[in-house]
Amino acid sequence: MYSEKVIDHFTNPRNVGEIEHPDGVGQVGNPKCGDIMRITLEIEDNTIKDIKFKTFGCGAAVATSSMVTELVKGKTLEEALTVSNAVVAEALGGLPETKMHCSNLAADAVHAAIKDYLSKKNKV
Amino acid sequence: MRRIYLDHSATTPVDPEVAELMMKYYVESYGNPSSVHSFGREVKKALEEARSQVATIIGANSNEIIFTSGGTEADNLAIQGAVRARADKGKHLITSVIEHHAVLDTFKYLAKNGFEVTYLPVDSEGLICVEELKRAIRPDTILISLMHANNEIGSIQPIEEIGKITKEKGIVFHVDGVQSLGKIPIDVQKMNIDLLSLSSHKIYGPKGVGALYIRKGVKIMPLVFGGAQERKMRSGTENVPGVIGFGKACELAAERMAEDNKELTRLRDKLIDGILSNIEDVRLNGPRGDKRLPNNVNVCIRYVEGESLLLSLDMLGIAASSGSACTSGSLDPSHVLLALGLTHEIAHGSLRFTLGRQNTEEEIDFVIQELPKIVNRLREMSPLYHKKLSS
Repeated sequence: MYSEKVIDHFTNPRNVGEIEHPDGVGQVGNPKCGDIMRITLEIEDNTIKDIKFKTFGCGAAVATSSMVTELVKGKTLEEALTVSNAVVAEALGGLPETKMHCSNLAADAVHAAIKDYLSKKNKV
Repeated sequence: MRRIYLDHSATTPVDPEVAELMMKYYVESYGNPSSVHSFGREVKKALEEARSQVATIIGANSNEIIFTSGGTEADNLAIQGAVRARADKGKHLITSVIEHHAVLDTFKYLAKNGFEVTYLPVDSEGLICVEELKRAIRPDTILISLMHANNEIGSIQPIEEIGKITKEKGIVFHVDGVQSLGKIPIDVQKMNIDLLSLSSHKIYGPKGVGALYIRKGVKIMPLVFGGAQERKMRSGTENVPGVIGFGKACELAAERMAEDNKELTRLRDKLIDGILSNIEDVRLNGPRGDKRLPNNVNVCIRYVEGESLLLSLDMLGIAASSGSACTSGSLDPSHVLLALGLTHEIAHGSLRFTLGRQNTEEEIDFVIQELPKIVNRLREMSPLYHKKLSS
């Protein structure tokens, strides 16, 4: 059902946790539908210096969260915003059809965290 | 890697004794039981022996058993067949909210076609209230259909008590016995059951075979036409090796039930206690004790999601199942867990272990030892658990 890459990211997820005093926080999903992803960012010079995730969800939800952190770490915010849910799924070697919508929200969480950072920055 | 199978309510391995017997009817005694010649006659004899074995385990007569392709077909034949034979007598049907989809979806279809269906609720342990059932009965109620034991949470309904009511009211009583057969006693006479659905592959028999008990005198209409097999109730050449395997599996189940039951109950309770005492924020779904199938364990583990639990267990070679949305193929978690009053969030974290004849104490110990580690790992990843710590 899942690709080897999905299983790898599920078994050994990268960047699990929560950054203390993050520059940006993004959370998508809700417990009712069974998937919640929370992304915290540390941003320096318009670049994602560090990123951590916490996810409640199925194997695909955990794997996409882990994968997106690898894809955007070290990238500029503009570059990170081009990483979509579809890009994440492709990087994992594809996801089962039923998982494409409900459990493939990790890039949305990153985008939400970047927007959170930008809105805070603009207020300062 | 060693593997531990704890998903016996999904299916069971075929007993070697059953498989050996079946093989003979593939390669040696391959005649069509409807044929006149000796090839046919010897198979017909074996088929009738199997019918008698199935009848015996439920206290029925051989001529009250119709073989089908499985439990789902038996449920469809019972419900659609009984309703079609009685459509002029009334249009009201009663079932419960925790039935298997083979039953629920059949009622959904009938509801779209002019029938009225009452879905009885269940209490927090998954048991229906007999008084509520009595109140639901109307003068035009023509069928009551309930499962004996629930496939997800193992709750056992008071079928004997309900059978007294349906008999007194003259309402046809269908029971889905797929999960209870071979695990707890079923007696169609004592329980006043009119129609009983059975499946072979849950009791160490082959897949693709089941049966419907039809009490003598109870009329139903067939779903499949085309031959005179199975007293015209189910046309088509019988799955002979399958049916014979099912018969043997029933015989073995009857012999072993008491002993199996004792051991399964012991291991079940050990697993339940082991999970509840080693993991925080866990609830047992379904009743404890005699009202629960001897092989069923179903828990909700908070702050984690069921499919993640299954994948993690699978990596250790442990096979279980879950009622989370991710495993049901829909966006909602199990209708059974929601019917107990659980929230979506909690129902997503459900985990079912169903034990079988071959499981050992050591295997149960291994699960009790490994599950807390898996839960810890997933909780450390869970944003919900974090929130709990900080609150």
